[in-house]
Amino acid sequence: MFGKLTWDAIPFDQPIVMGACSGVLIGILGVLALITYLKRWRWLWTEWLTTVDHKRVGVMYTLLALVMLLRGFSDAIMMRSQLALAHDGARGYLPPEHYDQVFSAHGTIMIFFMAMPFVVGLMNFVVPLQIGARDVAFPKLNAISFWLTAAGALLVNLSLGIGEFSRTGWLAYPPLSELAYSPGVGVDYYLWTLQISGVGTLLSGVNLLATILRMRAPGMKLTMMPVFTWTAFASNMLIVAAFPILTVTLAELLLDRYLGMHFFTNDGGGDPMMFINLIWSWGHPEVYILALPAFGIFSEVIATFSGKPLFGYRSMVIATMAICLLGFTTWLHHFFTMGSGANVNTFFGITTMIIAIPTGVKVFNWIFTMYGGRVKYTSPVLWTIGFIVTFTVGGMTGVLMAVPPADFVLHNSLFLIAHFHNVIIGSVVFACLAGLTYWFPKVWGFTLDERLGKAVFWFWFVGFYFAFMPLYVLGFMGMTRRMNHYDHPSWNIYLYVAAFGAFLILIGILLQIVQLVYSIWTRERRRDETGDPWNGRTLEWSTPSPPPMYNFPVLPIVTSVDAFWEQKRNRVSTEVQTFEEIEVPKNSPLGFFIAFFAVTGGFGMIWHIFWLGALSLAAIIALIAVFAWDEHDEYVLSPASVKAMQTNA
Amino acid sequence: MRLRLLKVSLVILGAGLSGCTEGILATHGPIGASEKILLLEALITMLVVVVPVILLALAYFWWFRSTNKKAIYRPDWEYSGRIEFSIWMIPLLVVLFLSAIAWTGAHDLDPYQPIESEQKALNVQVVSMDWKWLFIYPDLGIASVNELAVPVGVPINFKLTSATVMNSFFIPSVGGQIYTMAGMQTSLSLQITDEGNYEGLSAQFSGDGFSDMHFPVLATNQAGFDAWVAKVKGGSESLDQGVYSRLADAHKTSGIEHFSSVDNDIFGYAMRRSVGPVALNPERGAKTAMANDSMALGMEH
Repeated sequence: MFGKLTWDAIPFDQPIVMGACSGVLIGILGVLALITYLKRWRWLWTEWLTTVDHKRVGVMYTLLALVMLLRGFSDAIMMRSQLALAHDGARGYLPPEHYDQVFSAHGTIMIFFMAMPFVVGLMNFVVPLQIGARDVAFPKLNAISFWLTAAGALLVNLSLGIGEFSRTGWLAYPPLSELAYSPGVGVDYYLWTLQISGVGTLLSGVNLLATILRMRAPGMKLTMMPVFTWTAFASNMLIVAAFPILTVTLAELLLDRYLGMHFFTNDGGGDPMMFINLIWSWGHPEVYILALPAFGIFSEVIATFSGKPLFGYRSMVIATMAICLLGFTTWLHHFFTMGSGANVNTFFGITTMIIAIPTGVKVFNWIFTMYGGRVKYTSPVLWTIGFIVTFTVGGMTGVLMAVPPADFVLHNSLFLIAHFHNVIIGSVVFACLAGLTYWFPKVWGFTLDERLGKAVFWFWFVGFYFAFMPLYVLGFMGMTRRMNHYDHPSWNIYLYVAAFGAFLILIGILLQIVQLVYSIWTRERRRDETGDPWNGRTLEWSTPSPPPMYNFPVLPIVTSVDAFWEQKRNRVSTEVQTFEEIEVPKNSPLGFFIAFFAVTGGFGMIWHIFWLGALSLAAIIALIAVFAWDEHDEYVLSPASVKAMQTNA
Repeated sequence: MRLRLLKVSLVILGAGLSGCTEGILATHGPIGASEKILLLEALITMLVVVVPVILLALAYFWWFRSTNKKAIYRPDWEYSGRIEFSIWMIPLLVVLFLSAIAWTGAHDLDPYQPIESEQKALNVQVVSMDWKWLFIYPDLGIASVNELAVPVGVPINFKLTSATVMNSFFIPSVGGQIYTMAGMQTSLSLQITDEGNYEGLSAQFSGDGFSDMHFPVLATNQAGFDAWVAKVKGGSESLDQGVYSRLADAHKTSGIEHFSSVDNDIFGYAMRRSVGPVALNPERGAKTAMANDSMALGMEH
């Protein structure tokens, strides 16, 4: 009846796990109690859980990302403290079977449930506003995408208290992840989680592509799109091209584990190395799925706060699209040490280096954007400068490892760990936090506290260097990744420093929460009535903050790249004379329901409760069928009500 | 002159970074030494560009601050053909140069290529297991677990495979690594120049016992090596298919073990065994075994 699920699945004997679980449970119960106390259930349901408004979906994505940042970061703190303790005979407080779950969960959560939702959330919120659209192409699908991602995040966190998570690293290389070597439910949690959220990501990619291609404001040619939209365009093309590879690869591993097939097993003619090729054919584009929108955010920030157009728009667009294409040609550099031979290794080494060309061009473009400008030292600009410095270093160490013989000694070392945190934190995390500050007033109509914002930056920035520069040195000293304990007295000091750096970043994250709470507390005196607090250049700043549900009462006419800047310069009146009828989508609980059954179905499959899996799948199909016949999913706002909403805003 | 400058700075940088006696910068063999030089060459080449770029970014950030009224003000400046040309050319030239380094380096330091030497190479077969290393000396008819002894100055030809999951065979202070994979054979050429006791390890996570999967590498002169061989031969344990299976199936870490004699083709047995019973049955498994052979061949270029 309940498959593999018994009371033994709950690790009552592990105080750390049980402590974390009860903490999370108390937190959730507290939130639920608060909602009940404030009588906000109906509000929550109609305004958020069933919303199909791209702005609110974007906000929910971002909120999910921030919560998952806390989860992923607590894993990081555990790893750093374990390695600061477990040396010279001491084994630390995390035995391998627990520690291996911690680093696997850290990577999985940070990439799939922190970085991805953050980036997708910002794209969701910003792109339609930047291109002067009233919504995304498929609003209901958009909500489904979000809820599938949230379902995946819930499943990942269920593994904390029920059963175990994968112990095979964030990419679950077979044969280690095969049934023969990982018989537990950990890998199944990993696989079903990523299958469910992966579908959400793919759908979101299709949606945003269609939005960018079909829904731009009148006059906006492709070559007039803001650079963030360009990078979102490239990123979503990569999603649409790469995520099916991930889905198929993980599906094959699932077939191995559930139906005894032999795609990646050692025996039966399986080929584990095929998995490694396939997963990196998705994995390397994934890096650019995250990094390209980050580049876009910095482009917006540096242009806005320099009071200048972005230097070399055309170069920027060409570089973006070049990275988009080249991202698919480099996957083998993740395993030069497989023994593919010098010619193959050289080919992939050089394709990897070639990506450094358009990336380098971008760095120069940001620098020259400041030339002749008046740079305001706001916190988004600090993030941008921090990014240029940090990312350049990270890019350099990346190209270093693209030289195959150098990779032979650096592969899988802490040098590699330092490198990819150097580029991912330096670009994606810095960009998301910059974007959070930059677009926050657009979302909520008030700005975030700058003093705290700058403190957040400095703790992250300095903390990053303390946390990761020692890892470069440790890589040179021969320390490999995923070690649980070690006996090398000369390493100790570096791991202490790294732990200290992680502690600094922790303060940064806590200050971020303080900043959000404090800014909400004092929102009345930080209201932005103009809708354009930064003297922005692109269309999202031309509409009130927060934007009305239809974004633009009248669709803007676009004649140049910095469309809103052009309007302001030509003193085009934004006063609307005549209002028109606007069709807006109705709320829909479809996404929430689908996610509910995705969680039950995924849970059933993980624990081999197959009737539950089948039932949930049937429920999802039925839901889609029922909602597909719903022809009344939009309603019309009359000109009068649009006018009323505009004057209220 | 420039080359000498480069070399001097390489030495300084190398010395600064290799203040330690272990790790990839304290190299004790020609392969590792060449890999280190290549790494530092690439690093310095890039630093030549990266450091000025970072300084330029900081300088512009500081000079064009909103409060500096002395700075040029060009709020509409967004294009310069000359600058655009240069910013594409600078990274392009760096990458061209690095590509050349990568090309020659990857070919010169191809791990499959035997090291040229007047000395006859020593063959060592390596099998990674959960969570230990088996070293077979086919020419000497001996084997050891978790202890690798080699004479200095002699090129070593490693043939590697795995009994279970994937691992990566790595002796950081001697030279670069290669994966070990079940049913497939990889090769690695290394040579140690200095006598000493180095650490070898697995660089690819392989499960719970992974952190203990390291082994001493005893690099001695020929006399010392001969003495080690004699000591191993003096033992009584023999490595046959049964003992191999016991080792491979025990999923735990292990101390040092020695085997004074070794069955013929125990490495071949290891290769076939790890791809399962189908390949072990010559009649039923012919096709599968061939498929895996060709995979192994594919790995050999």
